[in-house]
Amino acid sequence: MKYLYYPGCSLRSTGRAYEESLLSVLKVLDIPFEELNDWNCCGATSYVSIDETDAFALAARNLALAELQSPDGTINLIAPCSACFLVLLKTERYLESYPDVREKINSTLDKAGLHYHGRVNVRHPLDVFVNDYGLENITKRVKYPLKGLKVASYYGCQMVRPFKTFDHSHYPETMDRLVNALGAEPVDWPLKTRCCGGSLTGTIQEAGLRLNRLLLKEAEKRGADIMLTCCPLCQHNLECYQERINRKFDEKIDMPIAFFTQLMGVALGLSEKELGMQRLFKMPSLNQITHPKGEMVNAW
Amino acid sequence: MRLPTPTTVHSEEEPHKIEKMKRVIRRIKFESELDLNFGERVADRAYGQKLLSCIQCGTCSATCPLAHYMDYTPRKIIAMTREGFKEEVLNSLTIWLCASCYSCYVQCPRQIHITDVMYTLKREAIQMGFHPKRLPIPILAQEFYKRVLKDGRNTESWLLVSLYLRTNPFIMLREAILGLKLFLRGRLTIGREHVKRRDQLHTILEHKKGEAPL
Repeated sequence: MKYLYYPGCSLRSTGRAYEESLLSVLKVLDIPFEELNDWNCCGATSYVSIDETDAFALAARNLALAELQSPDGTINLIAPCSACFLVLLKTERYLESYPDVREKINSTLDKAGLHYHGRVNVRHPLDVFVNDYGLENITKRVKYPLKGLKVASYYGCQMVRPFKTFDHSHYPETMDRLVNALGAEPVDWPLKTRCCGGSLTGTIQEAGLRLNRLLLKEAEKRGADIMLTCCPLCQHNLECYQERINRKFDEKIDMPIAFFTQLMGVALGLSEKELGMQRLFKMPSLNQITHPKGEMVNAW
Repeated sequence: MRLPTPTTVHSEEEPHKIEKMKRVIRRIKFESELDLNFGERVADRAYGQKLLSCIQCGTCSATCPLAHYMDYTPRKIIAMTREGFKEEVLNSLTIWLCASCYSCYVQCPRQIHITDVMYTLKREAIQMGFHPKRLPIPILAQEFYKRVLKDGRNTESWLLVSLYLRTNPFIMLREAILGLKLFLRGRLTIGREHVKRRDQLHTILEHKKGEAPL
């Protein structure tokens, strides 16, 4: 089964490390994929604040292009960014549930020579790795088990809500199971899906910083060595504003924030460069993590 | 010197005084001042009439991570929308602070699509020019919209610069160091990303010229 891959705008700028690590992991696991030709922005939360029909049409163009690119059967479209994942999924679901919306959008698409038939299945890479590829298969491929590393998995909001595709809306566990399969230790913490504020750090920073502070403090309190995210905006917020949070609230938070694909890559034995590690502000220190034979892992 | 008669004073000052009294004293709206169908119209746009069946339990406000920054909690916004307090709702900060985390959407015991309600209100507020001036969130939405309408893709660096220029250019100084750090790590691009087939995109998007006002 070949996957189509929808990068989204953030994976080409602030979230470049996510794209690099995701593609490297897909390659090393021999999961076949192909980038969606001439994809456009999903519209995120902003486009729909201006014009809803256009927002659906914008997202539906990607779905229609996916159908053009793979003419038969169900298409699995991988969208790694949580916002893209949700917007594409929501468009797909709303087109299915509301015939009037479907008709309106398809008549718009028809004018540009496109049509959406409903063959696309929007998938998050986490779902693909855990439920398609399988945890046992991942465990088999692990070169450096991340023994002793305590990981707080942060799922963010839009990957699990409002649609329940592969996990619980408030207490998901897929990433924790993956972390476990890599040999690390998932930390039990209650703020897994609490919102990071999204673009609030750029608009009303006071509110944005407080939301992120809460997440960071809780992860720290639960003894996490590293926080994993699956969304470029969550990663950006939690990582880039840490310094400002420390200054403003007189904290001493020092939490590395990585994409889950990066940690996967480390366990699978990929190099720092392949995983875009140099793009992070803080490299997680994995000095204590030992190889099964007792030697130090110097994967970073 | 002839003093003005009490009647002239009365006729000149009274409307002004009444206006002032209205603002200072009256907190309750008369039914004639409400937009009574507002709730129904919003509900229509936000997928079904479920909004009208809200039981005011407050689950949405309790689960909202931003409720304590809002001028009206989500529960109040729903009550006010349903009762026709159109101006108050469209002028509120609440609708803009909603970060679309869908927490209320999945928790609502009446399955009200609260996030979609907020989007509907945001669209209406922008269209009517109701949002607080210089509030960055609606400006960000508008700039994002323009950028994507033009290029089909969003370039984060350009989006932020245009946001700061329209709200407070001095923020650029505050963000300069962070911007530089990101740039050095290859996380900020200068070139603008765009789709190849802009014509196709524009046929799709310029087909619609916005919705009719509520």
